Amino acid sequence: MILTDGLTRRFGATVAVDDVSLEIADGEIFGLLGPNGAGKTTTLRMLAGLIGVSSGRAVVAGLDVTDPSQAREVRRLVGVLPEEAGLYGDLSAVRTLDFFGRLYRMSASSRSERTEVLLTRLGLWERRDDPASTLSKGLKQRLALARALVHDPQVVLLDEPTANLDPEAAAVVRDVLLDLKAQGRTVVVNTHRLEEAERVCDRVGILRSRLLRVGTPHDLRIAMTQTHTIVIDLEKVRDSDLDVLRGLGAEAVVVTGNRIELALASGTTTSADLVAALVAAGARVSGVAAAQESLEDAYLTILGDLA
Amino acid sequence: MILADVLTIAGKDLSVIRHRRSIMAALVLFPLLVGLGLPLVLVFAGRGKGGVPADVLPTLLTSFQFFFVTGAATLPTAIAAYSFVGEKIERSLEPLLATPVSDIDVLLGKALAAVVPSVVSMWVGMTVFMTVADVESHGKLDYWFFPNATAGISMLLLVPLVALVSAEVSVLVSARSTDVRSAQQLGTLVVIPFAALYVASEIGAITLDPGPMLALAAGLVVVAVALFFAARAVFNREEILTRWT
Repeated sequence: MILTDGLTRRFGATVAVDDVSLEIADGEIFGLLGPNGAGKTTTLRMLAGLIGVSSGRAVVAGLDVTDPSQAREVRRLVGVLPEEAGLYGDLSAVRTLDFFGRLYRMSASSRSERTEVLLTRLGLWERRDDPASTLSKGLKQRLALARALVHDPQVVLLDEPTANLDPEAAAVVRDVLLDLKAQGRTVVVNTHRLEEAERVCDRVGILRSRLLRVGTPHDLRIAMTQTHTIVIDLEKVRDSDLDVLRGLGAEAVVVTGNRIELALASGTTTSADLVAALVAAGARVSGVAAAQESLEDAYLTILGDLA
Repeated sequence: MILADVLTIAGKDLSVIRHRRSIMAALVLFPLLVGLGLPLVLVFAGRGKGGVPADVLPTLLTSFQFFFVTGAATLPTAIAAYSFVGEKIERSLEPLLATPVSDIDVLLGKALAAVVPSVVSMWVGMTVFMTVADVESHGKLDYWFFPNATAGISMLLLVPLVALVSAEVSVLVSARSTDVRSAQQLGTLVVIPFAALYVASEIGAITLDPGPMLALAAGLVVVAVALFFAARAVFNREEILTRWT
């Protein structure tokens, strides 16, 4: 579990992370979203016990990361995937995991066993003896993920784990995240890929130095989307039909052939109300669809509100 | 300090260094070329005039053996530049620092990986040099010049201490360098005072007797300790992750 209370980090006069308070449960995948320079990496580094905090408190796996005497133990319980894979180009996958396993005080047998499990799971077993420098970007990222997981950490902190990965490699990483969740691990993911956050994260937090919003992707989408789009297909569009729709609050009404696209303010008229009114006015409705607003829309709305 | 962690990091760095041809060439060729090359001076100097006079030989041989102290200042720089700046460029320090290993163990492990091969290389070179020089000079001196106290102090005290100082300077240089070559070039400046001592001994301005050599070793211990604290201040997680850019 992760708990932060007023977590703040300043670099000189710049406040990188400002008063962040949140609680992340065991077995939860939490996504941190935010533009570049929003403080996502700094937040992860503080949670990993890599850098100090200016004020506030953070508890990771029951240990206070702000207590220097516990920072070492925090690092033992946490697996970190930095934004850059940062591999040793001359070392093979096996040597890389063996090296890090030693630093986590794993026995030779558990290092060997864990290496095989992870490299097989991440599709690297066939390339296990190749120098890391010869691996593709996707395979390097998988190896970096294996390195973060070699000691079977309770808490996993991932900084842009699928950035610039091809869809196949991104899917493998996503599957591993879901495996971790199933094993009850706490996972924090920094990501720019909103569709990915939507797919794997139980909750997301939108960060821009301060934590602007926290919620499930669905809740954020609903709460932050001020209008929703509805598409109605009629057998024939008449001017009177458009008047009916406008009378019910429809905005941005666009007619294309027999299709009407319109926007409705959230929490007012529903699509059912529109259909009922159209039918009552004599229109013949052949289809209705509500366009799904994305997390990206919500994200941009939240950031836009503060711009 | 946890010795196992220090050795693990040093072992990893050594295995990476093994793949660097330029460093391996320097570690192998430098001692052999110098170890065999310096005695050749005895063979060719004063050729046709009876060679190097016997009364000059002790001063010359003592100066020559000090050349290896100078060499000990050069090699760790090449290795440490790869070890520190190379990791900085490859961004591989952050994953290392994310492990439970302490900063000091990382620093010591990397320093060890820079110092040990350099010292071994210089020891091999000195052994070759002393053996060949003894063979060359025995006819004139009527005794085996090496080993002696001065050479012992050079090998066992000065070479390791100079290599350590060189590695520590490299850590400080690496904190501000963004490429391996510039780190190597800046780091090699540490060789200047030792090269100056070598030249001074060659021209007879100073005598490399055991007394001055021990005094030099004592001075180097002080410098090494001071540099260690300076390197430790520079090499910490916070500094590396937020300022080593």
